[in-house]
Parts: sequence; structure tokens; C-alpha cells
Amino acid sequence: MSMLTVSGSPHIHGDDSTKKIMYGVVYAMIPAMLVSVYYFGLDALRVLLIASVACLFFEWVIQKYLIKGPITITDGSALVTGILLAFNVPSNLPTWMIIIGALVAIGMAKMSFGGLGKNVFNPALVARVFLLISFPVQMTSWPKPQAIINGLTDAITGPTPLGIVKEGLGAGKTMSELAPELPDYMQTMVGQMGGSLGEVSAIALILGGIYMLVRKIITWHIPVSMLLTVVIFSGIFWGVDPEHYADPVFHLLTGGMLLGAIFMATDMVSSPMTKGGQLVYGFGIGLLTILIRMWGAYPEGVSFAILLMNAVVPLINMGFKPKRFGAKPGVVIKTS
Amino acid sequence: MIGTVKTFSLGGVHPEENKLSANAPIEKIPVPKQAFIPMGQNLGTPSKPVVSKGDLVKVGQLIAEASGFISTNIHSPVSGKVLKIDDIVDASGYKRPGIIINVDGDEWDESIDLSDDIKEDIELDGKEIIEKIKEKGLVGMGGATFPTYVKMMPPPGKVAEYLLINGVECEPYLTSDHRLMLEKGKEILIGTRILMKALNVNKAIIGIEINKLDAINHLNELAKKYEGIKIQPLKVQYPQGGEKQLIKAALNREVPSGKLPIEVGCVVQNVGTAFAVYEAVQKNKPLIDRVVTVTGKGVKKPSNFLVRIGTPLQDMIDAVEGFPETTGKIINGGPMMGKALISLDVPVVKGSSGILLMEEGESKRKPESPCIRCSKCTYVCPQGLEPFLLSKASKLAKFDMAEKEKVMDCIECGSCQYTCPASIPLLDYLRLGKTMVGANIRNRNKK
Repeated sequence: MSMLTVSGSPHIHGDDSTKKIMYGVVYAMIPAMLVSVYYFGLDALRVLLIASVACLFFEWVIQKYLIKGPITITDGSALVTGILLAFNVPSNLPTWMIIIGALVAIGMAKMSFGGLGKNVFNPALVARVFLLISFPVQMTSWPKPQAIINGLTDAITGPTPLGIVKEGLGAGKTMSELAPELPDYMQTMVGQMGGSLGEVSAIALILGGIYMLVRKIITWHIPVSMLLTVVIFSGIFWGVDPEHYADPVFHLLTGGMLLGAIFMATDMVSSPMTKGGQLVYGFGIGLLTILIRMWGAYPEGVSFAILLMNAVVPLINMGFKPKRFGAKPGVVIKTS
Repeated sequence: MIGTVKTFSLGGVHPEENKLSANAPIEKIPVPKQAFIPMGQNLGTPSKPVVSKGDLVKVGQLIAEASGFISTNIHSPVSGKVLKIDDIVDASGYKRPGIIINVDGDEWDESIDLSDDIKEDIELDGKEIIEKIKEKGLVGMGGATFPTYVKMMPPPGKVAEYLLINGVECEPYLTSDHRLMLEKGKEILIGTRILMKALNVNKAIIGIEINKLDAINHLNELAKKYEGIKIQPLKVQYPQGGEKQLIKAALNREVPSGKLPIEVGCVVQNVGTAFAVYEAVQKNKPLIDRVVTVTGKGVKKPSNFLVRIGTPLQDMIDAVEGFPETTGKIINGGPMMGKALISLDVPVVKGSSGILLMEEGESKRKPESPCIRCSKCTYVCPQGLEPFLLSKASKLAKFDMAEKEKVMDCIECGSCQYTCPASIPLLDYLRLGKTMVGANIRNRNKK
């Protein structure tokens, strides 16, 4: 008989692991990755590879030479950050800028806070906003999607649908005047529009979302409350004045809305712990996004909205507790 | 038709059931050569020996008596000579006073009815029943070992409306309650009627998980004869057998935080206890034996044994054709809430429901990694707590915070730790928190 193990209960484990969750997110991003390569060609592949490798590399360097602690780059979390960073930039972004983005994501937003599980802000989004402010031109020149089967030509760049609307309405045009320049719903569903490489295809993103729901990696609370808020809020304005406000479906299917709702806002580390808190958090993101889109200086507001709400998460966690068992006083028993 | 399947409202997990011994009928195993009877077999104060070295005792003879309100009598499970009154290592590894008896034959006290006849008529009145339960040393057989008679006496101002019989057996591997319901169904129902009479209630519910459909059907058939007893099928979901969860599932009543089931008009007893009540009241038999599951993936013959209290665990291991080489952990109880043992030199006590021999490969915990704030511990907590927060509060010695966040409501079911993707030993920290907060509360009340 070998030595017996003595430890406290429970003595069995459900076999879930951080690694399984992180790679689950990676699998969920595969459809969107495929679509990005389909529409933006080998450049998309380049961005995906550079961002992922750079994130893994920086995590390894920091853990080995600065923290001098265990190396955990195989847990999948840096890979998720890398792919999400790639999803949030245009496919023609220069390689060195992507590398800077990876350094900001892993170095500043993740490891400085203490590494996995400790970061307040979503690392990929911090990097995206850093790049957007540092390199506004490169970060807003969007290659037009051309199916890879049409041959690899030099990409033509153009504005995103949100950019067209922002600029057009700003210049005094009406929505019906802008309509010919905008993609139709079918195009936005499959991803045939300008944008960051991972955000264009609604179908691919939704597929990933369903996969994560089934695997219980995410719950419905954040995406649904965020998107519902967007629909209601943008719907009110569109209902009142459809010539000067885009319709709710347009808001849902363009820009980073679905990417944000499904993959970024649901980031476990930087979102609230209870379902009630998650509903409030989703509501806040939806509201801020629409405020920025309609009246802000930028055409797109999802990343700002998520980062702003990330900052409020500790407060939300304090205010929203789970429904405690036995919180109510008991039933009154009749003494017959 | 078994009726609507119910379950509790918050959280829960579904571990692999592994009921390896479900089809093994209850077997009697031989009386041990020596019996080791610890004095602390109930929750509360240990009992006081009333025999001394050299005394001859019969099976069923009183050998230790209750010392205080929450304490119980202990009767000799064997016949023979008292070897000594000395320290015995209990399941937690502590030395506790106990009585060691050298067994000689198997001579029973004459007052015990040893016949196989089933005695239906309940002759005693309510008060006499409770007295009998007290006298015969009955404790909760589910594992908590709270003296049964105390539960049967609601405090002033509280009235019982329902008796709940817990036949859930939601712990993986364990099958002793399952077998008892199949083989001693009639006795359990009579035991239930006795408890109903003592509590003066006319409604009883027996809760059973639907992975024991045969037991549900069997008791349903038998229960037709007994008025007021309902068999309630329950979803297979851990911890369905938690007292508060069972009441919530069966009656949709929530025991308020920090209160007992009587607060919502309920008294809960285990099926094993109902059977013991039958034997005590109808057969005058004290609690001297019980059904124990001996199981594990490496065990050649997973079994359910009717075994005398005080029998060394080694005797039962011999009865399942030996100790598997591959064993890495011995658990007294189930894998979710049982206690790991340091050796087999521990006797069966009134609260032993099973012995689980775990394979070496699954005995060690996985290495802990950082919390990724996935909140799964919160989702599965049946008490609506935030284990990640409570464990952190305990770790940082912020016990006031742990108290405010209701650490004392934790039922130690282990669902959080079972689920945690980072393999954080959440329940270790929660237990620490409960211990410290409990001490703080007691100190405050003293002032």
C-alpha cells in the first residue's frame, strides 16, 4: 500500500480547467477567423499570427525575466488576447504596430496588474484604444473586403458603414441619401463590409457565441442586455426621426457591436460576478456605445464603452449579490 | 407514474454517480473479534461509560449514557468482556475515549425482539416514542449524527407540519439508503408512521432521487397502505439531500438563514433513521448496527454490509476481497462531503454511511491556478453565496467581511470547489472562515 492522501472534501473534481475555457474561446473564434481570411486575404492571416505570437512572446518574456515566476503561456489566455487584438484592428495594420499593441495588451493591461485574473480592463481593448489614439490614420483605414477567390489584388481602402453614417449625417445628409453607400443586411450578416478583421461577419460571431453558450463558457446575460439596450435606445431615436438616426438592426450588425457583445464584454476576468450585475453591466455598455455612436467624436464606441464599464465592475460587484438562500423570513405555520 | 419530479432552486452540480454497489443486496458480515466503541458518536457532548474493565456485556446492553441534552446513550454492539476503557483513534485521526470489548459469542439482551415478524401496530404514545428513541441511542444516520430525539421535540412556540424522510442519497458511490429502501421498505414506512405520531403531524414526504426508480416504485406501492405518506421523486442533482435543499424541493419552503427546519414547520430524518426508529420502538432494539457501503473503482466486490458498530474498517475491507493495490485515499462517507482517513484502524460508528476507496490517480488535488473570476462557484452554490469572495476574505483574515457575506450559511457541500476551473481549494478557506466567524459570534454572545 502506498502513502494515503488525506485532504478536505470534496474529493472529486468536475474536470473543468482554465485551459479548457481559454481554448474553448479560441475554438469559438475560428469561424470569425476563417471569414477574416476569406475577405481580407493573407493580410488577415499575418495580423492573426503576429498578434498571437507577440502576445505569447511578451507573456513569456515578462514571466521569465521580470517576474521570474512560473511560465503559464500554455494556459491559452495570452492566445485569446492575441486573437482578440487581431480581431480589433484593420487587416492592413503594419506589423510593428501590431507588436506594440501586443506589448500594451500583455505588458500594461495584463501583467502589470498581476497577470491572469487580476486585470481590471480587457487587455485586447486597452491595446486597441492605445493604437487608435496613437496611430489614428492607420487604425481607421479599412481595406474593402474582397473574397479571396477573386484573386489577391492590392486592397482598396474605404470607410466603415459607421464612418459613412457619422460623416454623412455630420455633413447634413439624410439616411435615405446615404443608403446607396451602405451595405445591405445580407452583406453585414456575412461580413462583406469595411471594418476590423474579426468584427465584420455577424453569422460567424453568433456561431461562436452559441458554441460558448452551449459549453457554458459565457452566459446570455451580458450580450442580451447589451444588445437589447442598443436596440431599444437606438430604436427610440430612429422611430422618431428615421432620416437622422440609423435603425437598430444597422447598429447591431455594424462595427464592433457583436464582437464586443459576444467576445469582449463577456471576458470573465473583467466583467461582474453575478447575473444581476451582468445585466446592469451589459445595459451600461449598450447605452454608452449608442451615446458615443450618435453624439461622440468617434464613429464607433463599443471599445470605449466596454472599458468604461470595466472600471465600474468592482462597484457593481459590491452592489449586486446573488439571491441568497433563506434571505426571506420563513412561512408562518398555522397552529391549529 | 411517479408524479412530478422536483428539485431545489439555486445552483447544484451533477457529479458522476458511480453507484457501483446499487445492485448488491445488504449482507451481514461476521461479528468482529474485538469491537472499538468511541464515546463521541453524536454531534454534541460525548457519552459517559457505565461499564468498567472486566465487565461482561450482552448485545444491546447499555455501556455508556448521555451526558447532557445533546448527547446519546451507547449500547454494546457485541457480547463479551470489556477489555479496557482507553483512547481510540476516530475518523478524524484524533484520539478519543472509547470502550474496547473482546467479543465472545453473540448473546443478545433478552428484551430485544429478534424475530423476523413485521410489527405494524404502534402501541406507544408520542411521548413514549420519543423516550424510546432517546433511550435506544438513536442519531441521524445520514452522517450528521444529531441526536434524533432532540429533533423530535420542537422548541416552545414552534409546530411541526411536515415530516420529511431523506432518501435522496445524492452523494456519488453511496448506496446504503438505496438498498435499505428496497429491502426494508415496510419497516421504513412503519418507522415513518411512528415519527409522524410522535411529532403529531399527518403529512410525511419521502424524498428520493430518480436514479433510484426501483426504490420510488417499491415505496409507492407499499405506501398505499399508510395514510399521509407521499413519495416525492427528485431530480438527480447534488446536493439534493441537503436538509434545506430537500425542504425547498419538496415543499418550496426556504429555511431562513441561520434557522432550523422547524422554522418552516419541517422535521427532516434520514431513511436509515426511520428504519432505526422502527427497530427501537417496535423491536426494542438499540442502535447497534447499520448499513455501510464499501465501494470504489478498484474494489473487487462493491458491497452493502449490515455491520455492527465498533467493527474495524479492516473487517469490511476483508469482506470485499481485500484492499486494492491502487488505492490512494480512503474516504469515510461519500466523495463530496466524506472525510479522508489516515488508516483503516478506525471503527464503524453510528454515522458511517460508506467507505470509499479512491484510486491513486484521482486521489490528489490538481494544482491550483489563479482565479479567473468565471463566477462558476457562485452559479453552483445552492445557498446563493459567493465562494470566491468568501475564500478570499478568509485568506486575508477579513472575517468580519466573511460574516457579512454569510459564510455561516455555507453547508460545506463542496459544489464550488468541485466546479472551480482553477482548482482552488475554496471549501478549505470557507471552513476556515466558518470556524473563525463561529468563534467570533460565540465570543460576542458571551459578553
